[in-house]
Amino acid sequence: MKRALIPLAIFLVIAGFLYVGLDLNPRQVPSPLVGRPAPNFDLPVLGDPERRFGPVEMKGRPWLLNVWASWCVTCREEHPVLVDLAKKKLVPILGLNYKDKPEEAIAWLKRFGDPYDLSIVDAEGRVGIDYGVYGVPETYLVDRDGVIRFKHIGALTPEIVENRILPLLKTP
Amino acid sequence: MTTRLAARLGALSLAVCLGIASAQDAAEEERFRHLAGKLRCLVCQNQTVADSGAELAGDLRRELREQIRAGRSDEQILEFMVARYGDFVLYEPPLKPATLLLWAGPFALLAVALGAVAWITLRRRPAPEVRELPPEAREQVARVLGEKEPK
Repeated sequence: MKRALIPLAIFLVIAGFLYVGLDLNPRQVPSPLVGRPAPNFDLPVLGDPERRFGPVEMKGRPWLLNVWASWCVTCREEHPVLVDLAKKKLVPILGLNYKDKPEEAIAWLKRFGDPYDLSIVDAEGRVGIDYGVYGVPETYLVDRDGVIRFKHIGALTPEIVENRILPLLKTP
Repeated sequence: MTTRLAARLGALSLAVCLGIASAQDAAEEERFRHLAGKLRCLVCQNQTVADSGAELAGDLRRELREQIRAGRSDEQILEFMVARYGDFVLYEPPLKPATLLLWAGPFALLAVALGAVAWITLRRRPAPEVRELPPEAREQVARVLGEKEPK
Protein backbone atom coordinates (compact mmCIF):
# COMPACT_ATOMS: atom_id res chain seq x y z
CA MET A 1 0.00 0.00 0.00
CA LYS A 2 2.75 2.41 0.97
CA ARG A 3 4.71 1.56 -2.19
CA ALA A 4 1.72 2.41 -4.33
CA LEU A 5 1.82 5.95 -2.97
CA ILE A 6 5.31 6.66 -4.35
CA PRO A 7 4.28 7.05 -8.02
CA LEU A 8 1.34 9.11 -6.87
CA ALA A 9 3.66 11.42 -4.92
CA ILE A 10 5.99 11.77 -7.93
CA PHE A 11 3.02 12.50 -10.14
CA LEU A 12 1.74 15.17 -7.76
CA VAL A 13 5.14 16.89 -7.60
CA ILE A 14 5.49 16.96 -11.39
CA ALA A 15 1.89 18.06 -11.84
CA GLY A 16 2.49 20.85 -9.33
CA PHE A 17 5.54 22.12 -11.22
CA LEU A 18 3.78 21.92 -14.56
CA TYR A 19 0.72 23.70 -13.19
CA VAL A 20 2.82 26.60 -11.95
CA GLY A 21 4.80 26.54 -15.19
CA LEU A 22 1.65 26.96 -17.24
CA ASP A 23 0.95 30.24 -15.52
CA LEU A 24 4.43 31.67 -15.98
CA ASN A 25 4.90 33.98 -18.90
CA PRO A 26 8.46 34.00 -20.25
CA ARG A 27 7.81 37.48 -21.65
CA GLN A 28 7.21 38.88 -18.17
CA VAL A 29 10.84 39.33 -17.28
CA PRO A 30 11.08 41.07 -13.89
CA SER A 31 12.52 44.49 -14.46
CA PRO A 32 15.56 45.42 -12.40
CA LEU A 33 14.42 49.02 -12.76
CA VAL A 34 11.49 48.73 -10.35
CA GLY A 35 12.53 50.49 -7.15
CA ARG A 36 15.18 52.50 -8.95
CA PRO A 37 15.22 56.11 -10.11
CA ALA A 38 13.74 56.55 -13.57
CA PRO A 39 16.62 57.00 -16.03
CA ASN A 40 17.03 60.57 -17.14
CA PHE A 41 16.59 61.72 -20.71
CA ASP A 42 16.27 64.89 -22.71
CA LEU A 43 14.23 64.36 -25.85
CA PRO A 44 12.28 66.47 -28.33
CA VAL A 45 8.53 66.67 -27.91
CA LEU A 46 6.39 65.04 -30.60
CA GLY A 47 4.84 67.72 -32.82
CA ASP A 48 7.03 70.43 -31.26
CA PRO A 49 10.64 69.41 -31.94
CA GLU A 50 11.99 72.73 -30.67
CA ARG A 51 10.80 71.89 -27.19
CA ARG A 52 12.68 69.32 -25.16
CA PHE A 53 11.42 67.38 -22.20
CA GLY A 54 12.98 65.35 -19.40
CA PRO A 55 11.74 63.49 -16.29
CA VAL A 56 13.05 66.33 -14.06
CA GLU A 57 10.01 68.36 -15.11
CA MET A 58 7.79 65.76 -13.41
CA LYS A 59 9.54 65.86 -10.01
CA GLY A 60 7.10 66.04 -7.16
CA ARG A 61 4.22 64.18 -8.77
CA PRO A 62 3.68 60.65 -9.98
CA TRP A 63 3.38 60.01 -13.71
CA LEU A 64 2.99 57.22 -16.21
CA LEU A 65 5.42 56.62 -19.03
CA ASN A 66 3.85 54.64 -21.83
CA VAL A 67 6.12 53.40 -24.61
CA TRP A 68 4.25 53.32 -27.90
CA ALA A 69 4.67 53.44 -31.65
CA SER A 70 2.38 53.75 -34.64
CA TRP A 71 3.80 50.49 -36.06
CA CYS A 72 2.91 48.62 -32.86
CA VAL A 73 -0.24 46.53 -33.20
CA THR A 74 -0.65 45.85 -29.48
CA CYS A 75 -0.51 49.60 -28.81
CA ARG A 76 -3.81 49.96 -30.67
CA GLU A 77 -5.27 47.25 -28.51
CA GLU A 78 -4.39 49.06 -25.28
CA HIS A 79 -5.13 52.50 -26.64
CA PRO A 80 -8.78 52.73 -25.44
CA VAL A 81 -7.61 51.87 -21.91
CA LEU A 82 -5.19 54.79 -21.96
CA VAL A 83 -7.80 57.14 -23.42
CA ASP A 84 -10.16 56.12 -20.61
CA LEU A 85 -7.50 56.64 -17.97
CA ALA A 86 -6.61 60.04 -19.42
CA LYS A 87 -10.25 61.14 -19.18
CA LYS A 88 -10.21 60.43 -15.44
CA LYS A 89 -7.27 62.83 -15.04
CA LEU A 90 -5.83 60.80 -12.17
CA VAL A 91 -2.25 60.83 -13.36
CA PRO A 92 -0.34 62.52 -16.17
CA ILE A 93 0.45 60.09 -19.00
CA LEU A 94 3.58 60.72 -21.00
CA GLY A 95 4.17 58.84 -24.22
CA LEU A 96 7.58 57.67 -25.31
CA ASN A 97 7.23 57.43 -29.06
CA TYR A 98 9.66 54.62 -29.70
CA LYS A 99 11.50 54.20 -33.00
CA ASP A 100 8.74 55.79 -34.98
CA LYS A 101 8.40 58.39 -37.71
CA PRO A 102 7.01 61.64 -36.20
CA GLU A 103 4.55 62.25 -39.05
CA GLU A 104 3.16 58.70 -38.74
CA ALA A 105 2.98 59.02 -34.97
CA ILE A 106 1.08 62.30 -35.18
CA ALA A 107 -1.34 60.83 -37.75
CA TRP A 108 -1.88 57.82 -35.49
CA LEU A 109 -2.79 60.03 -32.52
CA LYS A 110 -5.15 62.09 -34.70
CA ARG A 111 -6.91 58.96 -35.82
CA PHE A 112 -7.23 57.10 -32.52
CA GLY A 113 -7.19 59.93 -29.97
CA ASP A 114 -4.34 61.35 -27.91
CA PRO A 115 -4.33 60.28 -24.25
CA TYR A 116 -0.87 61.73 -23.64
CA ASP A 117 -0.09 64.96 -21.85
CA LEU A 118 2.78 64.96 -24.28
CA SER A 119 4.83 62.47 -26.21
CA ILE A 120 8.57 62.54 -26.54
CA VAL A 121 10.44 61.20 -29.54
CA ASP A 122 12.96 58.41 -29.08
CA ALA A 123 13.70 57.90 -32.75
CA GLU A 124 16.79 55.74 -32.26
CA GLY A 125 15.55 53.77 -29.28
CA ARG A 126 18.40 54.89 -27.02
CA VAL A 127 16.17 55.95 -24.14
CA GLY A 128 14.34 52.67 -24.75
CA ILE A 129 17.57 50.83 -23.94
CA ASP A 130 17.99 52.88 -20.75
CA TYR A 131 14.49 51.85 -19.71
CA GLY A 132 15.04 48.21 -20.67
CA VAL A 133 12.32 48.33 -23.32
CA TYR A 134 12.09 45.21 -25.44
CA GLY A 135 8.43 44.77 -26.25
CA VAL A 136 6.30 47.77 -27.07
CA PRO A 137 3.96 48.71 -25.45
CA GLU A 138 5.49 49.02 -22.02
CA THR A 139 4.25 51.16 -19.18
CA TYR A 140 6.13 52.55 -16.18
CA LEU A 141 4.73 54.21 -13.10
CA VAL A 142 7.15 56.74 -11.65
CA ASP A 143 6.41 58.12 -8.19
CA ARG A 144 6.78 61.68 -6.93
CA ASP A 145 10.40 61.03 -5.98
CA GLY A 146 11.23 59.93 -9.49
CA VAL A 147 11.46 56.24 -8.59
CA ILE A 148 9.95 53.57 -10.85
CA ARG A 149 7.26 51.77 -8.84
CA PHE A 150 5.74 49.48 -11.43
CA LYS A 151 6.41 48.22 -14.91
CA HIS A 152 4.06 46.45 -17.25
CA ILE A 153 5.08 44.81 -20.50
CA GLY A 154 2.42 44.38 -23.14
CA ALA A 155 -1.05 45.86 -23.49
CA LEU A 156 -2.58 47.53 -20.46
CA THR A 157 -6.01 46.23 -19.47
CA PRO A 158 -8.65 47.93 -17.31
CA GLU A 159 -7.87 45.30 -14.63
CA ILE A 160 -4.18 46.23 -14.51
CA VAL A 161 -5.02 49.92 -14.28
CA GLU A 162 -7.62 49.27 -11.59
CA ASN A 163 -5.72 46.70 -9.51
CA ARG A 164 -2.07 47.63 -9.92
CA ILE A 165 -1.66 51.23 -11.00
CA LEU A 166 -4.42 53.13 -9.22
CA PRO A 167 -3.68 51.59 -5.77
CA LEU A 168 -0.05 52.66 -6.14
CA LEU A 169 -1.18 56.21 -6.84
CA LYS A 170 -3.15 56.30 -3.60
CA THR A 171 -0.26 55.19 -1.39
CA PRO A 172 2.27 57.98 -1.20
CA MET B 1 67.27 61.96 -52.27
CA THR B 2 65.74 63.55 -49.22
CA THR B 3 62.31 63.57 -50.85
CA ARG B 4 62.61 59.85 -51.61
CA LEU B 5 63.67 59.14 -48.05
CA ALA B 6 60.81 61.23 -46.73
CA ALA B 7 58.41 59.42 -49.02
CA ARG B 8 59.69 56.05 -47.85
CA LEU B 9 59.46 57.08 -44.21
CA GLY B 10 55.97 58.35 -44.84
CA ALA B 11 54.93 55.09 -46.49
CA LEU B 12 56.48 53.09 -43.66
CA SER B 13 54.74 55.06 -40.93
CA LEU B 14 51.47 54.80 -42.83
CA ALA B 15 51.86 51.03 -43.05
CA VAL B 16 52.64 50.83 -39.33
CA CYS B 17 49.61 52.95 -38.49
CA LEU B 18 47.36 50.85 -40.69
CA GLY B 19 48.75 47.70 -39.13
CA ILE B 20 48.10 48.98 -35.62
CA ALA B 21 44.64 50.17 -36.59
CA SER B 22 43.64 46.85 -38.13
CA ALA B 23 45.01 44.95 -35.14
CA GLN B 24 42.91 47.22 -32.93
CA ASP B 25 39.89 46.64 -35.13
CA ALA B 26 40.42 42.90 -34.92
CA ALA B 27 40.63 43.03 -31.13
CA GLU B 28 37.50 45.18 -30.98
CA GLU B 29 35.70 42.82 -33.31
CA GLU B 30 36.74 39.88 -31.16
CA ARG B 31 35.43 41.56 -28.00
CA PHE B 32 32.26 42.56 -29.78
CA ARG B 33 31.57 38.98 -30.90
CA HIS B 34 32.36 37.66 -27.45
CA LEU B 35 29.95 40.06 -25.75
CA ALA B 36 27.20 39.78 -28.35
CA GLY B 37 27.33 36.00 -27.92
CA LYS B 38 26.85 36.33 -24.16
CA LEU B 39 23.74 38.48 -24.35
CA ARG B 40 20.22 37.29 -24.95
CA CYS B 41 17.97 39.09 -27.37
CA LEU B 42 14.85 39.68 -25.29
CA VAL B 43 12.56 39.79 -28.29
CA CYS B 44 13.35 36.34 -29.63
CA GLN B 45 14.43 34.88 -26.35
CA ASN B 46 16.33 31.88 -27.57
CA GLN B 47 18.76 33.80 -29.70
CA THR B 48 21.79 35.79 -28.73
CA VAL B 49 22.21 39.44 -29.58
CA ALA B 50 24.79 38.28 -32.11
CA ASP B 51 22.40 35.94 -33.95
CA SER B 52 19.10 37.73 -33.67
CA GLY B 53 17.62 39.68 -36.53
CA ALA B 54 15.24 41.60 -34.26
CA GLU B 55 15.50 45.35 -34.29
CA LEU B 56 16.27 45.52 -30.59
CA ALA B 57 19.25 43.21 -31.12
CA GLY B 58 20.49 45.61 -33.78
CA ASP B 59 20.20 48.50 -31.33
CA LEU B 60 22.03 46.52 -28.66
CA ARG B 61 24.80 45.65 -31.12
CA ARG B 62 25.17 49.34 -31.89
CA GLU B 63 25.30 50.05 -28.15
CA LEU B 64 27.97 47.35 -27.71
CA ARG B 65 30.16 48.74 -30.49
CA GLU B 66 29.88 52.26 -29.14
CA GLN B 67 30.76 51.22 -25.62
CA ILE B 68 33.70 49.10 -26.78
CA ARG B 69 34.96 52.06 -28.79
CA ALA B 70 34.49 54.31 -25.75
CA GLY B 71 36.92 52.04 -23.93
CA ARG B 72 34.57 50.49 -21.40
CA SER B 73 35.54 47.11 -20.00
CA ASP B 74 33.59 43.89 -20.64
CA GLU B 75 32.37 43.91 -17.02
CA GLN B 76 31.14 47.48 -17.29
CA ILE B 77 29.28 46.71 -20.50
CA LEU B 78 27.63 43.58 -19.09
CA GLU B 79 26.69 45.51 -15.94
CA PHE B 80 25.13 48.17 -18.13
CA MET B 81 22.94 45.54 -19.80
CA VAL B 82 21.99 43.76 -16.57
CA ALA B 83 21.02 47.07 -14.92
CA ARG B 84 18.50 47.61 -17.72
CA TYR B 85 17.28 44.18 -18.71
CA GLY B 86 18.00 42.07 -15.62
CA ASP B 87 19.96 38.84 -15.28
CA PHE B 88 17.80 37.33 -18.00
CA VAL B 89 19.80 39.23 -20.59
CA LEU B 90 22.79 37.04 -19.76
CA TYR B 91 22.75 33.67 -21.44
CA GLU B 92 24.62 32.23 -18.49
CA PRO B 93 22.81 33.33 -15.33
CA PRO B 94 25.03 34.41 -12.42
CA LEU B 95 25.21 32.24 -9.33
CA LYS B 96 23.31 33.97 -6.53
CA PRO B 97 20.60 33.00 -3.99
CA ALA B 98 17.76 33.49 -6.48
CA THR B 99 19.41 31.27 -9.08
CA LEU B 100 20.72 28.64 -6.67
CA LEU B 101 17.93 26.21 -7.53
CA LEU B 102 18.71 26.65 -11.20
CA TRP B 103 22.37 25.80 -10.78
CA ALA B 104 22.15 23.19 -8.04
CA GLY B 105 18.79 21.68 -9.01
CA PRO B 106 20.03 19.15 -11.58
CA PHE B 107 22.78 17.95 -9.24
CA ALA B 108 20.31 17.67 -6.35
CA LEU B 109 18.01 15.61 -8.57
CA LEU B 110 20.92 13.40 -9.58
CA ALA B 111 21.84 12.88 -5.92
CA VAL B 112 18.24 11.97 -5.06
CA ALA B 113 18.09 9.51 -7.96
CA LEU B 114 21.41 7.88 -7.00
CA GLY B 115 20.25 7.68 -3.40
CA ALA B 116 17.03 5.98 -4.49
CA VAL B 117 18.93 3.47 -6.62
CA ALA B 118 21.34 2.70 -3.77
CA TRP B 119 18.49 2.34 -1.27
CA ILE B 120 16.56 -0.02 -3.53
CA THR B 121 19.59 -2.19 -4.35
CA LEU B 122 20.78 -2.44 -0.75
CA ARG B 123 17.33 -3.22 0.55
CA ARG B 124 16.64 -5.97 -1.96
CA ARG B 125 16.84 -9.44 -0.37
CA PRO B 126 18.45 -12.21 -2.36
CA ALA B 127 15.84 -13.93 -4.55
CA PRO B 128 14.61 -17.23 -3.06
CA GLU B 129 15.88 -20.32 -4.83
CA VAL B 130 13.36 -22.06 -7.02
CA ARG B 131 13.26 -25.68 -6.01
CA GLU B 132 11.85 -28.50 -8.08
CA LEU B 133 8.78 -30.13 -6.57
CA PRO B 134 9.46 -33.63 -5.40
CA PRO B 135 7.60 -36.32 -7.50
CA GLU B 136 5.09 -37.11 -4.69
CA ALA B 137 4.07 -33.47 -4.48
CA ARG B 138 3.66 -33.25 -8.25
CA GLU B 139 1.33 -36.23 -8.18
CA GLN B 140 -0.63 -34.69 -5.40
CA VAL B 141 -1.02 -31.45 -7.34
CA ALA B 142 -2.12 -33.35 -10.40
CA ARG B 143 -4.72 -35.22 -8.34
CA VAL B 144 -6.11 -32.05 -6.82
CA LEU B 145 -6.34 -30.40 -10.21
CA GLY B 146 -8.05 -33.46 -11.56
CA GLU B 147 -5.50 -34.31 -14.17
CA LYS B 148 -4.89 -37.89 -15.01
CA GLU B 149 -1.27 -37.80 -15.82
CA PRO B 150 1.27 -35.48 -14.19
CA LYS B 151 2.81 -33.43 -16.89
